Amino acid sequence: MSIKISDGQFKDKVKENLQDDFMRGAVSSAQDRLRFRRLETAEELGNWEEWRSHGEEIRKHVLENLDYYLQELSENVQKLGGHVHFAQTAEDANRYIEDVVKKKEAKKIVKSKSMVTEEIGLNAVLEKAGCEVIETDLGEYILQLDEHDPPSHIVAPALHKNKEQIRKVFAEKINYTKSNDPTELARHARETLRSEFLTADIGITGCNFAIAESGSISLVTNEGNARLATTVPKTQITVMGMERIVPTFEEFEVLVSLLTRSAVGQKLTSYVTVLSGPRREGDADGPEEFHLVIVDNGRSKILGTEFQSVLQCIRCAACINVCPVYRHIGGHSYNSIYPGPIGAVLTPLLGGYDDFKELPYASTLCGACTEACPVKIPLHELLHKHRQVIVEKEGKAPISEGLMMKAFGIGAASNPLYTTGTKLATKVMKPFMKDKEFISKGPGPLKEWTAIREFPTLKNERFRDWYKNREGGDKK
Amino acid sequence: MKVTLFVTCLVDMFETNVGKATVELLERLGCEIDFPTAQVCCGQPSYNSGYVEHTKSAIKKMIETFEHAEVVVTPSGSCATMFHEYPQILNDEPGWSARARLLAEKTYELTDFIVNVLKVENVGAKLNGEAAYHPSCHMTRLLGIKDAPFTLLSNVEGLEMRPLPYAYNCCGFGGTFSVKMGNISEQMVDEKVDAAVSTKASILVASDGGCIMNIAGRMQRRHIPVKVMHIAEVLNAH
Ligand code: SF4
Repeated sequence: MSIKISDGQFKDKVKENLQDDFMRGAVSSAQDRLRFRRLETAEELGNWEEWRSHGEEIRKHVLENLDYYLQELSENVQKLGGHVHFAQTAEDANRYIEDVVKKKEAKKIVKSKSMVTEEIGLNAVLEKAGCEVIETDLGEYILQLDEHDPPSHIVAPALHKNKEQIRKVFAEKINYTKSNDPTELARHARETLRSEFLTADIGITGCNFAIAESGSISLVTNEGNARLATTVPKTQITVMGMERIVPTFEEFEVLVSLLTRSAVGQKLTSYVTVLSGPRREGDADGPEEFHLVIVDNGRSKILGTEFQSVLQCIRCAACINVCPVYRHIGGHSYNSIYPGPIGAVLTPLLGGYDDFKELPYASTLCGACTEACPVKIPLHELLHKHRQVIVEKEGKAPISEGLMMKAFGIGAASNPLYTTGTKLATKVMKPFMKDKEFISKGPGPLKEWTAIREFPTLKNERFRDWYKNREGGDKK
Repeated sequence: MKVTLFVTCLVDMFETNVGKATVELLERLGCEIDFPTAQVCCGQPSYNSGYVEHTKSAIKKMIETFEHAEVVVTPSGSCATMFHEYPQILNDEPGWSARARLLAEKTYELTDFIVNVLKVENVGAKLNGEAAYHPSCHMTRLLGIKDAPFTLLSNVEGLEMRPLPYAYNCCGFGGTFSVKMGNISEQMVDEKVDAAVSTKASILVASDGGCIMNIAGRMQRRHIPVKVMHIAEVLNAH
């Protein structure tokens, strides 16, 4: 899988997903639960707005000085005995990892959750190289067993599946014989996975934040799978997006506080793991060899542009959890491993407008995402910026729309045109009004509107006419 | 106080009653109304669709039309928000941007103006019934006006306010979104309509023409007898 999850068109995907009542029920109840929990833990922390500003400052500062911190990070990782590889592209990252795998003659690889490895399509590459790759995050594991169903959410990848669907997958693939009780399902997955951990040659992880001052990487999880993936196998490979970095532990603490509350509404997740390089003498566990792969894959092209703030993202999914569009169409409609508002902003930047030009329009610009984002990314403004680029720079907007908008611009800029235009409109619309209070089947652009709702009739007397005629009204 | 009214294009063409109610309400509160007839549309339809350059001349026209005002009041949170964005949109043209800033500073959404400028919390309105209020996104999130409508509505004699479930979710209007992404918009507005129906209130109140057209249009299509009213109409009832 790469950033694009299938060949389908946005429109068709939306149509298909809108039919999926189960998915929609699961998404809306998850949204409601997560919103409530997030607000509750934010309240409990107090001064949430100050925390957000602080988080924003940290992220901005890192992006402004990214070269410096990347340098510091890689020096410190190397001092600890780890290897660092900067990968400009997905292919470059995959090639490096494949090389390590080949050198180690690895057959089995366990992975903890990582969006960036989904982005670069690592699993497919490793499988092609003959490795068995096992996802150990429960959600990812379910999806992998279910014929590589793509994730529909960046924190809860299997959000679109219900427990009965999961039971079926388990029964078919891993000899599960019990009920669809989530605890039982999870226990079975744990037991099955345990032996995989013990026999894996390599553990591959993502990275929530890398800490430059110490050369550490961190993993924030609730399942503890990342701990096993990083302690049992002899070789550990951590893959991170180049922007996922903090200067020191002080900033790390702030961002983790924002992350766990925003992502799952918890003060802290069950596990926050910080790992610094390979096992040292006297260490009880840890890998003998450690590789950090820092992935660019289009990120540095975003730096310095009007979209730079999207790189502040800490992948908490709060914007997804409040998005009223995601609520109905679910994650797969976006056709990107990054769905929701963050996906609609990030995907066209990483994957190009050709495949993803609809995404910035999949928003009412309601601003719920911007309000929720713990690091204050102005998501709805960035969606709007995309629209501007699509229209003005890329010339990818429909011609008919362009003409309409130009006419609108001219009409709106000129009062005589507007005045006669609105008067004329009343006449043009007359045949559609049928003496009713509203129009049920409109012509032209109204067709789409009236497919769903009634359209109000234009009033014979516009407000401005009333105002002019009223006693003591317009005195001019 | 002399109030320059920006009535908005939707109200001008489709919701004459809202314009009338706004004028009468403000006059009742002692304001003198000034209505510059050169006013057109705030520019959101083309601006939000990405046609920024094309919208600039309309925006400049609006600045010229309104900059003489002492205060500008508009019965729309969304159009007031747009006025507040003018300075940033014209950022490349310092002269215009400065003029836009002066205009933005004196532009108010109707309820915000009544509560925070006129300092009136009870406008003396009377309306019998139960109502729920739909907070529009731009007004609450971008302009930050959350309490003013509730303050005013809670003082309307005879009106019982009921909480609207999922009030924070957008109604699905979003300007051209409502036609560009019609099937998604339909689901969103349906959820809003269902939430309103679940309150068993007979009136749904909102402060934005766009939301009202969308929600009322869907209710009419579904033959739901809830009356959708603009807050100016409620506050002008007596
Ligand atoms: S954009 Fe903000 S809210 Fe969305 S995932 Fe990133 S950090 Fe979280």
